[in-house]
Amino acid sequence: MTDIVSISKLSKKFGSFTALDGIDLNVAEGEVVCIIGPSGSGKSTLIRCINLLEQFDSPGRIVVDGTTVKRGKELARVRAEVGMVFQSFNLFPHMTIRQNIKLAPMRVRKTGDQAADKLAQQLMQQVGIEAQADKYPDQLSGGQQQRVAIARALAMKPRILLFDEPTSSLDPEMVGEVLDVMKRLAESGVTMLVVTHEMGFARQVADRVVFMDGGKIVETGKPDAIFDDPREARTRNFLNAILAH
Amino acid sequence: MSFAETFFNWDVLVNSFPLLLSGLKITLFLGVVAIIAGLVLGLIVALVRLYGVKPARIIAKIYIDIFRSIPILVLLIVVYYALPFVGLRLSPFMSAALALTLVSGAYTAEIFRAGIEAIPRGQFEASQALGLSYRHMMADIVLPQAIRIVIPPLTNNCINVMKDTALASVVAMPDLLKQATQAQALEANPTPLIVAALMYIAILWPLVYLVGRLEKKYRNEVAR
Ligand SMILES: Nc1ncnc2c1ncn2[C@@H]1O[C@H](COP(=O)(O)OP(=O)(O)OP(=O)(O)O)[C@@H](O)[C@H]1O
Ligand SMILES: [Mg+2]
Repeated sequence: MTDIVSISKLSKKFGSFTALDGIDLNVAEGEVVCIIGPSGSGKSTLIRCINLLEQFDSPGRIVVDGTTVKRGKELARVRAEVGMVFQSFNLFPHMTIRQNIKLAPMRVRKTGDQAADKLAQQLMQQVGIEAQADKYPDQLSGGQQQRVAIARALAMKPRILLFDEPTSSLDPEMVGEVLDVMKRLAESGVTMLVVTHEMGFARQVADRVVFMDGGKIVETGKPDAIFDDPREARTRNFLNAILAH
Repeated sequence: MSFAETFFNWDVLVNSFPLLLSGLKITLFLGVVAIIAGLVLGLIVALVRLYGVKPARIIAKIYIDIFRSIPILVLLIVVYYALPFVGLRLSPFMSAALALTLVSGAYTAEIFRAGIEAIPRGQFEASQALGLSYRHMMADIVLPQAIRIVIPPLTNNCINVMKDTALASVVAMPDLLKQATQAQALEANPTPLIVAALMYIAILWPLVYLVGRLEKKYRNEVAR
């Protein structure tokens, strides 16, 4: 299988603080990888390096679908191929749902208005928000907004979707509807890298789970192996602490 | 002479009205020119101040600070009376337009900067993550949202520019105030001054009212 993302020797310092410390990670086409770990372990920083929302230190290297991630001409292409869903949705508040979804394909892919409209229609159906098409983001519930954000990212037909705790700012009753959409995406073969605290989702949907702590990947493996029989003490402690809740 | 004959003398008013009207035209024209030029200048300076290379950012900051510190009257007199010594002789209108634009540009730049900085980081990140170019990010996402934030303070700035056009009368520009003082001297009666004052109020009151309305409107509907 080809790797959509391959990360090697990735490090990132904020001043003298080391947020990422020598990360190696590959994500293959069609694979769903979940990243778990305590707060401050560098999970967000890691996925934000992939589309260079965060500049990483040399000599770290990230390759997305054959293109090396760095400042310059190629960056726009990398970003077009990498979709991202944020914890806080970040929808464009001055645009309708439909416009939110259509904008990037029209501006970046130069898709025509009608084609973009068809695409938006189909994506809104896919995530179940077609009834909200002409509303503005602040008229939607959190769960609906996050589903719009997923549709907006999908509209670029990305090679991989990155999620940074997509359900963490949702009211509990809305977590399920977003996870359901993500589950269906995973089943349809979309490559996904998901930072999450939803252990149930990770266990059920992930092909591979990565446990991070202190800017390092401590352990990685199949969900069953990580959750039922972790090799590292740190993983065990983390899971015990989480599952005790 | 009665109060009315002194301050609202009909004959004086009729006599001086054409003069006042020509002054009003010049005042309006000067104000509009300075406002538009100041807006363009301010937007450019704000973008340089925020996103330019380091030296350009510093220059933008110095420009903003200087022209927010200098009294417009002083700047105007420097432009009109001092620049000729280095061979740059500007007409009264040009001097006034330049001085007003430079100052308005500095204030406008600060207003735009505050407006852009008020846009949450997530909006920039979402735009970048989608692959939007810098130009599209600014044109489609950032500026449309910033505009809503900056319209009330920008309108306020327009009011200030309009008011400050009156300073141009000290460099012999035949604006509304200058014509009014001249008419007053000519007629030996203050009626033209009173009428001029009423004219200023008539142009600016609607703007003052508008600012109040806009501020209320944008407070209510948060972002959209
Ligand atoms: N811009 C920044 N400047 C300084 N330090 C930062 C910055 N961004 C992140 N950090 C630090 O880097 C570390 C890793 O942050 P990161 O957000 O990647 O953690 P995380 O694993 O996503 O945590 P959480 O589960 O709380 O989201 C944290 O200690 C954080 O304080
Ligand atoms: Mg995080």
